[in-house]
Amino acid sequence: MLENIRRKIHEVSRSIGRPVRLMEVCGTYTVAIFRHGIRSLLPESLSLLSGPGCPVCVTSAGDIEAVIDLAKNRGVVLTTFGDMMRVPGRNQSLGEARAEGADVRVVYSPLDALGIAAENSDRDIVFFATGFETTSPLTAATVYEAEQRGTENFYLYSVHKLVPPALRALMSSGEVKVDGFILPGHVSTIIGSRPYGFLADEYKKPAVITGFKARDILEGILMLLEQIVSGEARVQIQYTSVVREEGNPKALSMIRKVFEIADAQWRGLGIIPQSGLRFGTEFSKRDAVKRFGIEPPQIEEPPACSCGDVLKGIKLPTACSLFGKRCRPETPVGACMVSTEGSCAAYYKYMPQDK
Amino acid sequence: MCLAIPSRIIKKDDLMATVDVMGARLEVSLMIMPEEVREGDFVLVHAGFAIQKVDRQSAHEVLQLLAPLLEQEEEGS
Repeated sequence: MLENIRRKIHEVSRSIGRPVRLMEVCGTYTVAIFRHGIRSLLPESLSLLSGPGCPVCVTSAGDIEAVIDLAKNRGVVLTTFGDMMRVPGRNQSLGEARAEGADVRVVYSPLDALGIAAENSDRDIVFFATGFETTSPLTAATVYEAEQRGTENFYLYSVHKLVPPALRALMSSGEVKVDGFILPGHVSTIIGSRPYGFLADEYKKPAVITGFKARDILEGILMLLEQIVSGEARVQIQYTSVVREEGNPKALSMIRKVFEIADAQWRGLGIIPQSGLRFGTEFSKRDAVKRFGIEPPQIEEPPACSCGDVLKGIKLPTACSLFGKRCRPETPVGACMVSTEGSCAAYYKYMPQDK
Repeated sequence: MCLAIPSRIIKKDDLMATVDVMGARLEVSLMIMPEEVREGDFVLVHAGFAIQKVDRQSAHEVLQLLAPLLEQEEEGS
C-alpha cells in the first residue's frame, strides 16, 4: 500500500519535471514526517518545509513576560498547558519563575483550571489560553462554563492564534516560495476546509488537509502533486474521517460567543493582522487583560536567530548560525527550538549528524 | 499541541462522559461535540474535550501510531 503511493509520488514528480516545495503547517506533522522517515521515501526534487504550525513556538516573549508578571507580582495562580513551561520570555521561562516561588500550575485541560478556581475562591486564577483553533473552542467553552457555575475568580489571558490569516500573511509577503500546502488536520476538524479557500482562489496554490499516519501524509502529498501536474488549485480533504467541509459548527459558535478577532503578535513573524482571538464584550469580565491591566512588553527577536525565515520556509534550521550551538532544545534562543514540535527542535532531535 | 487522541466513550452523563483513552479513564466534556454520541462511540479528545466523532477503524489505526509517540513525547497536550 505505502509502496504503491510512494511509486506514484515518484511517477507524478517525474512528469512535473521541476523541483516542488510543499509546506506543512502543523507541529505534529513536523515530528511525524521525521518519525516515519517520510523524506527518505520522496524523490530529491520534492522538498518538505515546516511553516508556522506550532502554537507553543509562536507565542511571543512579551506574552510570556506578561504571565510571569501575573504569577510573580500580582498574587495570581497562573495555570497553563505543560508545553508552555520552557518557553523563554525576556530573562526566564514560566518553569524558572515557578522554581523561584511563583504559583504556576500545569493543567491538562482548561476545565482543570476552572476546578482550581472553584477550590480557591480567595485567589484569582488565570488560565494562559494558548493554541490554534483546535484549542480555542475549549477555552471559550470553559469561560462559558465558569459563567454557568458562577465561578467568579476565573480569568483567561488569551493569546489564541488563527492559522488561515498566518498563511495569508506568508503568501502576501511574496517571500514564500511554495507549490502547495499540507494543512493541519485537527485545526481543520474545527474550522473545516472553507477558510483556506483563498490559497486556491487567490494564490492558485493546491492544498490538502491530511491525517497523521504515514499513509495519510503520503496520500496528501500525492494529491498535491496530482493537482500540480494537472494545473489545478483546490482545497482537498484527505483526512475525511474527522474533517468536514463546514468543520465543527458547535465549536465555531462557542469561539464566536466568547472571542472576537484581533491583530496578534507572533514570535518570529511579528504582528499579523486579524490573526488572534481576544475577548468580545459579553464575557469581558473574564479577560485577564482588563482585570489586571496587562500590557505585554515589546521584546525584540534575538539577533542572529533565523526563526522568522524558518517559519516562512526561506531557510532550513540547519542553515542558521545558532542552530545546535548556542540554540539547543535545553537552551532555546528562538521560537522554532522552544517546543518539541518546533521545526528546529525536530531537526535537532532527528538529525544527529548535524549536531 | 493540537494533538487529539481517539477515545472510546464508556459512560455518558448529559454533557460529560467517561472515556477510555489508551487504557486510562478520563472525564471529558461533550459541550462542543457537533453531534450526538453514545456509549461505545469513538471521539477525538483534546485537552479534556471531545471535539469530533471518529469511526472505529480510523480510531484503531491512529492509536497504533500514537502509542510509541506518546511514550516518547511527554509534552504533547
